[in-house]
Amino acid sequence: MPETFEPKIVAFFCNWCTYLAADLAGTSRIKYAPNVRAIRVMCSGRVDPQFVLEAFAKGADGVLIGGCHPGDCHYQEGNYKALRRYELLRRLLNQMGIENERFRLEWISAAEGERVKTVVNDMVEKLRSLGPRVPPRRQEVA
Amino acid sequence: MKPKVAFYWCASCGGCEEAVVDLDETLLDVASAVEIVFWPVALDFKVKDLQAMPDGSILASFINGAIRNSDQREMAGLLRAKSQVVVAFGICAQLGGIPGLANLTDAAGIFAEVYRDGVTPQRLHRENGHSLTLPEFFDTVVSLDAVVDVDYYVPGCPPTPNIIRDAVSALLGAELPPKKAVLAPDKALCEQCPRKDTRPERLLIKEFKRPHQILADQQTCLLAQGLVCLGSATRAGCDARCIRGNMPCTGCFGPASRVRDFGAKALSAIASIADCNEEAAVQEVMNGLPDPVGTFFRYSLPSSLLGRRRMG
Amino acid sequence: MAREYKYLCSDPGQELIRQDIRDRNLDRIIVAACSPHLHERTFRQAVAQAGLNPYYFHMVNVREHDAWVHTDKTAATEKAMDLVRAAVRRVKWHVALEPRQVPIHPDVLVVGGGIAGIDAALTLANAGKHVYLVEREPTLGGHMAQFDKTFPTLDCAACILTPKMTAVKSHRNITLWTWSEVRQVEGYVGNFSVTVRRKPRYVLEDLCVGCLECIQACVYKQAKVPDAFNLGLGKRKPIYIPFPQAVPQVVVIDPETCIEFKSGKCKKTCVEVCAERNAIDFHQKEEIRNIQVGTIILATGFEVFDATKVPYYGYGLYPNVYTALEIERLVNASGPTGGEVVLRDGRKPAAVGIAHCVGSRDEHTNRYCSRVCCMYSLKLAHLIKEKTGAEIYNFYIDMRAAGKAFEEFYSRVAEEGVFFIRGKLADVYPAGDGDGRLILQAEDTLLGMVRKIPVDMLVLSTGLEPRSDASEVRRLFNIGCSREGFFLERHPKLAPVNTFADGIFMAGCCQSPKDIPDTVAQSGAAAAQALALIDAGVVELEPNTAHVLEDACSGCKTCLPLCPYQAISFVEEKRALINEVLCKGCGTCVAACPSGSIRQNLFEDEEIFEEIEGILTYA
Repeated sequence: MPETFEPKIVAFFCNWCTYLAADLAGTSRIKYAPNVRAIRVMCSGRVDPQFVLEAFAKGADGVLIGGCHPGDCHYQEGNYKALRRYELLRRLLNQMGIENERFRLEWISAAEGERVKTVVNDMVEKLRSLGPRVPPRRQEVA
Repeated sequence: MKPKVAFYWCASCGGCEEAVVDLDETLLDVASAVEIVFWPVALDFKVKDLQAMPDGSILASFINGAIRNSDQREMAGLLRAKSQVVVAFGICAQLGGIPGLANLTDAAGIFAEVYRDGVTPQRLHRENGHSLTLPEFFDTVVSLDAVVDVDYYVPGCPPTPNIIRDAVSALLGAELPPKKAVLAPDKALCEQCPRKDTRPERLLIKEFKRPHQILADQQTCLLAQGLVCLGSATRAGCDARCIRGNMPCTGCFGPASRVRDFGAKALSAIASIADCNEEAAVQEVMNGLPDPVGTFFRYSLPSSLLGRRRMG
Repeated sequence: MAREYKYLCSDPGQELIRQDIRDRNLDRIIVAACSPHLHERTFRQAVAQAGLNPYYFHMVNVREHDAWVHTDKTAATEKAMDLVRAAVRRVKWHVALEPRQVPIHPDVLVVGGGIAGIDAALTLANAGKHVYLVEREPTLGGHMAQFDKTFPTLDCAACILTPKMTAVKSHRNITLWTWSEVRQVEGYVGNFSVTVRRKPRYVLEDLCVGCLECIQACVYKQAKVPDAFNLGLGKRKPIYIPFPQAVPQVVVIDPETCIEFKSGKCKKTCVEVCAERNAIDFHQKEEIRNIQVGTIILATGFEVFDATKVPYYGYGLYPNVYTALEIERLVNASGPTGGEVVLRDGRKPAAVGIAHCVGSRDEHTNRYCSRVCCMYSLKLAHLIKEKTGAEIYNFYIDMRAAGKAFEEFYSRVAEEGVFFIRGKLADVYPAGDGDGRLILQAEDTLLGMVRKIPVDMLVLSTGLEPRSDASEVRRLFNIGCSREGFFLERHPKLAPVNTFADGIFMAGCCQSPKDIPDTVAQSGAAAAQALALIDAGVVELEPNTAHVLEDACSGCKTCLPLCPYQAISFVEEKRALINEVLCKGCGTCVAACPSGSIRQNLFEDEEIFEEIEGILTYA
């Protein structure tokens, strides 16, 4: 067990906004915490709740979905569907003992390289104080 | 020599046993085609009778109910050894079922709730030089295949007569289905629902209703009336009995094979068609689903990706 | 096998990949390097050249997302390992795919009739393509038509612009629709379906010959309506032409101020005088037109910074504080004062201050530099001095004279005796001398002292801003805006005229503030981009579409309302069917399908699950 707990965050970044924002953060050499691993999807609307649960089940301490701002989705409305699923899933995760800070949906546009840094750093800090997401003991059977 | 079959119940309500009995005349056909060697609810065989049988001498054991204590695990193991084929009978055995909702708490939590200030059962009780043991009560409910190798699954809460008939014929037939198959159609219930044509092509829901809140129309798609019907996420095979009884599907036939987590997919489908875009409106609409775990993971919590609530 | 090479995107790098594929019979390729947005295409091509289907390739971003943004080397390496592991697991599930090919409609839509739009339209029309040029105002010309002279040559703006405007009008390949706006855009690259709203002028364009007698004859003997072209400094009548060289030479009637519209009881002398041609039609209705084009060029220009946002400079408060564009109108011979630079009371100013960087380079207004203001401030200094002989004081922060012949122009203006004070104008207040003079106060940082200069007139060099409706307009075209609100380019260095929407390009100040030479360069670039697509004839679309598994779909209809492109239909067989041509590959229906019966190429559930598991292998 490392001395300071370093949370591992699985992120789903939409190709047209958040992924590009992260690229922009890169070209601008903006520095931020290394805890996020991004998976590229074309739209935040592609994010299936099964992916989120799989991430938590396999040991992620946090899951972050990054999409375009409302009204700006490259595919018109995908981010609205993401929002609807996120809200219901968040409530379900609460019932399952997974705190709100572990599952975030953020709107980050392609020009907001700086915001990638603030969101990631903020999430990492909050997760550090929450501690690791311990995968549930599936069974008490030998 | 008639093929030998066994029926057993683990953490269950008895409904699956009822389902077998309810086969009516078909039961007689079944009874005449096979020799039932173990069926605690109906026949007087003892465990030692089972233990005495040679391994693999039972053609098929139909085990229903989830696994939530050590006795159930042991019996499942015993039946597995004695059987060629083990069938997870009913959705509790397949996915954990309604008993699986206990995974929102743990053994201590359950005992505190049930026994309150009274006596909490102990595993071992000694009196007058005798000792009595109770099975170990697990913190976590699991499905049958978490403790033994399962060959086939028959879904349902309980499985419907036609599904049971089909399963038994499949097992008695010349060519066995592929291993690990769920013995029900691999399409969603909407396929065979009598109200299918009444679901609009552009259905978006402004407000979710619970069954006691409205007098549901007898002909129209229940989802279209705002009731959370999970038929679109649930396997077909039951002939839409609940819908014919004017109640929405709650998902007791489990998911199609292409889905990894029933509750997550059902949640995705229902949330996606909620008619709301602004933050406040989304909150409002989702307030109409006060118990997401109970709604979407009613039968499948133990076998879901998360499995159980993370206790503090 | 694994291999390390510093510049895989170079020719030798790509050859390495091709060689390895051939020699070792590789069937999956992963490159861990920069962003797929840069080189996914490059490597896919290399893979294809080696005889392997390009979609067996996957790219891992360990540069923009890792090496360039993290300082902890160990953590960054661990992250890279997680990402590569994820890719290795993912790529196993990749299948061979073919890109979709769609034909390109040869017609082009140019939105905006300023110099950018005009130039792009002419270039394309000369190349033999049919162009629709849609302009929101009643005439072509944009802001350039409002300028008097242009720096550094002091060419008369109208003289160099108007020939191009008439060329547009008379070009057989250009359909010019002024007083029109784009309402809706549907479709995708090569196949856009655009709805244009043609606003009613109440004058029939085909019949009006621009004799302007109706304006003479209008019952309003005096022009009373503030005139937008002259920024309210002049007046016009309800029936008007924006400026004398307007193209098309057709008058417009303003229903807000025309008596006939307001009361229905006008004598309609305008109609009388147009009796021969009968071009006036008070009942004209708006027209909705639908056009098909393959490419679109946005050239919607800029707006001037609103000087009322900096009230300490006194604009709107003191009568003789003007914006630079207002002074352009005063200086211009066809302007409201006939080219005389005079104060509100008609006197010639003896001292004029010009304040640079109003609404630019300022945390409180706009952070960016508007690029053209230093040069036009020099130009105005020269023109005002020439016309009035006044003492001119330019208050500047830096002198940005970077273009061709710009520095030389600066020297010339300095030699003409214009005063330069290196200090941002700090305060403006009345001199209190009864003549309406103002004191301009600033710290002259070269002299190291505070100056208080009395002037008769203050000119504010206002910056350039995006159009106020830029955020609505860009949604019409499904493109993005950058932080300050200008349209977002695909790459600031290498693709300044491309947007993130394939087939939609841009040129001029709608992308960022710039002068006329740079604008014209961009419109040429945008036209070239459009021509490249049109002449190629077809464009390849990424094959990341979704499809319904026929045997699995139960016909639950969950997906039908979720597709914003109406690509999913409910067929006779009572199941869903996705039209591959309309599908844009967002994947929303895939995530929503409750029975897992829709799959998406390149973004299969299994592929994403593998990425998740790969990332978390050591969690």
